Amino acid sequence: MSARNPEYDFAWCPGCGDFGVRRALEWALEDYTSDHEIPHNNNVIVAGIGCSGNMVHLLEGEQPFGIHGIHGRTLPIAFGIKAGRPELNTVVVAGDGDFLSIGAEHISPAAKRNLDITCVIMDNGVYGLTKGQSSPTTAFGQLTSSTPFGKIEQQLHPLKSYMTMGVSFIASHYSSKPRDLAKFIKMGMDHRGFSIVHVQSPCTTYNDTYDILKGDRKKGIEGTAWIVEDDHDPTSRQAAEDLLERPGVPLGLIYREERPTLEQEQEKVRSAHPGSSPAEVLETYAV
Amino acid sequence: MLREDFVIRFAGEGGQGLVTSADALARAAVHAGYYVQTFSTFPSQIMGGPASSQVRISNRPVLSNGDHVDILVALNEYAYNHHSDDLASDGVTIYNAEEFDLPSGGHYFGIKADELAKSTGNARAANMVTIGAVATLMDFPLTEIDAYITERFTRGRQGDDEIIKANIEAVRLGVGVAEEAGYRVGQLAPANVPGYEQVMITGNAALSLGAFAAGLDFYVGYPISPATTILLWMENNLVGKDRFAYQVASELEAIATLVGAGYAGKKAMTATAGPGISLMGEGLGLAWMAEIPCVVVDVQRGGPATGLPTKSEQSDLLVCLHPAHGDVKMPVLAPGSVEECFYAGALAVNWAERYQGPVMVMSEMGQAERGENIRKPDIGSVKQESRSIYTGNGENGYKRYVSWDGTVPLPPMPLPGGPGAYVANGSEHDEVGDTTHLPDHHIRLTERRFRKLNLLNDAPFEIEGDASVALMPWGSSKGPAREAYDRLKAEGAEISWIYSVALSPLPQAVLDALKKKDLVIVPELNYLGQWSGLLRQEGINAVSITQYTGLPFRPGDLAGQIKQRLKATKKAGATR
Repeated sequence: MSARNPEYDFAWCPGCGDFGVRRALEWALEDYTSDHEIPHNNNVIVAGIGCSGNMVHLLEGEQPFGIHGIHGRTLPIAFGIKAGRPELNTVVVAGDGDFLSIGAEHISPAAKRNLDITCVIMDNGVYGLTKGQSSPTTAFGQLTSSTPFGKIEQQLHPLKSYMTMGVSFIASHYSSKPRDLAKFIKMGMDHRGFSIVHVQSPCTTYNDTYDILKGDRKKGIEGTAWIVEDDHDPTSRQAAEDLLERPGVPLGLIYREERPTLEQEQEKVRSAHPGSSPAEVLETYAV
Repeated sequence: MLREDFVIRFAGEGGQGLVTSADALARAAVHAGYYVQTFSTFPSQIMGGPASSQVRISNRPVLSNGDHVDILVALNEYAYNHHSDDLASDGVTIYNAEEFDLPSGGHYFGIKADELAKSTGNARAANMVTIGAVATLMDFPLTEIDAYITERFTRGRQGDDEIIKANIEAVRLGVGVAEEAGYRVGQLAPANVPGYEQVMITGNAALSLGAFAAGLDFYVGYPISPATTILLWMENNLVGKDRFAYQVASELEAIATLVGAGYAGKKAMTATAGPGISLMGEGLGLAWMAEIPCVVVDVQRGGPATGLPTKSEQSDLLVCLHPAHGDVKMPVLAPGSVEECFYAGALAVNWAERYQGPVMVMSEMGQAERGENIRKPDIGSVKQESRSIYTGNGENGYKRYVSWDGTVPLPPMPLPGGPGAYVANGSEHDEVGDTTHLPDHHIRLTERRFRKLNLLNDAPFEIEGDASVALMPWGSSKGPAREAYDRLKAEGAEISWIYSVALSPLPQAVLDALKKKDLVIVPELNYLGQWSGLLRQEGINAVSITQYTGLPFRPGDLAGQIKQRLKATKKAGATR
């Protein structure tokens, strides 16, 4: 069930990281909408398939538009929306399986186009909805239902991949601090270009990494998450690459680059080539 | 002897200007008031390789590529060896004497077109030397070629006059060679100049223009033969305010992009060939399930897998009807001529808007790339339908996916930015688009999705004659089938004609007519006999005449095969 639809028959597990991400997204949408004085209906959420994709049905408060498509295709769907209607604030919500495995081929083109959309990626290092198979971000050697003898494939480093592919805004965070997370999602929406906010969002059922991320003094576990220092220069590619060489999960803005978006390039083409009507084109075939 | 039509084929190697020559001859003929149809075959490689380009010129509308070649221009020995079998018994070959020689005594003569062209001071006029020789063989009026050349090269540039003079001189040199050789294939009958305005256009361009005329404002595509020319057309023409044309990274990306654009309110289209259709299956299922308007064009080629990328085949029918898993049956329009491509492009866009869902258009390599002079479409009369858009009070959670029994207009679709936020969902859903697995919803919405097809009932069809055996071609086999049918009718054969641009949903009148026939003969370019199989599912006694050579039907072959069927049917009837 959801706040607006008691009949809706999907629920996240208790403690799921996606609850925190949902709250953060709601705040970011509210802030963005009031900041830019746009109607709430100008927000479109493009959801992937997986636990996280269900966020589009679970958002509380005023509803944005949503599209919950097929596995791995959030980015091209968002591309169609944004290329057709550049005024819409288009946000992708997807998990590590959807975005980084079956949908990975779409990241590079979106980055190269600098498509002006924001992606909120919920990374739990596992396929939750299909009950615990390994994903690209599952650790090497980890036991999952599909790697009963340990994963023998290297773990993907999504943030480094985003850097390589030319994503123009990269932030990293985790689900336990929704207020902070909301700030970075809003920052991504404000960024003119392709932005990814990569969020560690643990799966309490199949890959509970809360302790590993946050640490637990009682259990003697030191947390792997660390806050990006104030003096990090996110506009420096070198600084961002150096930062990503450090172990653990950075929390903060990694990289930001200002460059023309696809829409801006498109506008340039349009002003140089205003186009012809169908009747005018027909005349070019006259005999 | 007066003849109504001629087939002239230029054969050689890719890059030798074969298409340019056929095109120049075609345009000169159109200029003179004749009807033409061009056709090219080429290998899937950038340069070289055996290729040919032909034009059929007639004083009546041309329905097919014809049966035989009347005049063969062979630019190398390989071309002569491989095309001379296609020559009519009285056909003549003009061969490239700069490349090879043939022993004396055959129906041929050599020409040194390059050498002769150089003597005019314009080495690029070689194809005009050849055209002069061709014109002589068929007694084509030289004044018309001169007029074409004058028009073609009057471009307001310095030197136009010299180019025109050299080209006309080149034609005369070719005439001289042919006259010296002394051959005549016949005399082209005078033109019946059509009393209407015309355009010279290919199937792919006509389809693109039709969609544009119906208001298409979004196109994405991925290069693939033989659909690439639609992508290029769109990149060149679908520019301007609120219009978008773009080359995407794959067909997977293309279909998902289309769904996004259609959802956001654009009239969106992509074009691909068989391999792309295979990749688009899941995305098309999403468009069907979430009820998103969009148009997908399949310009068929030979399959499966990479198949025959530059050849003719009609083997994608089953996959176009059912590209996706699950309970899905796509609306399919299969235009059967260049002119029909224009109107099918427009109708597909309108259908997608009207029933809020995906529409397939099936063309085919031969039809897509051939040039034809057709009646100039009346752009102003092309209907522009637009989906009904929700303009209500902006309630939270608009019920877009209500049950629909077809007695009231289809409920409007909200657009992002406007009122009525909802979720378009590829999972089964309730009224607002939230996922549900309850049987009631699945039953209700499955029926809604199929019922909407009833809105698509205005595609053109043809039903002629009441003979109990009918010929029913589909798609690009219509032309050769019609030519075969006309010949058989002229011989007094008892056969009737049924044809429908819409293969799904099939118009009720067509279905009724088919059910009344004792036998329906379906010529189609595939091994399985895909359309006749579907007709048999409907309880119709249908058989296919199949061909899977990678080439279109020849009307003469087809007429012969139909005749055999008719004979066999008669015999069976007599013994019954």
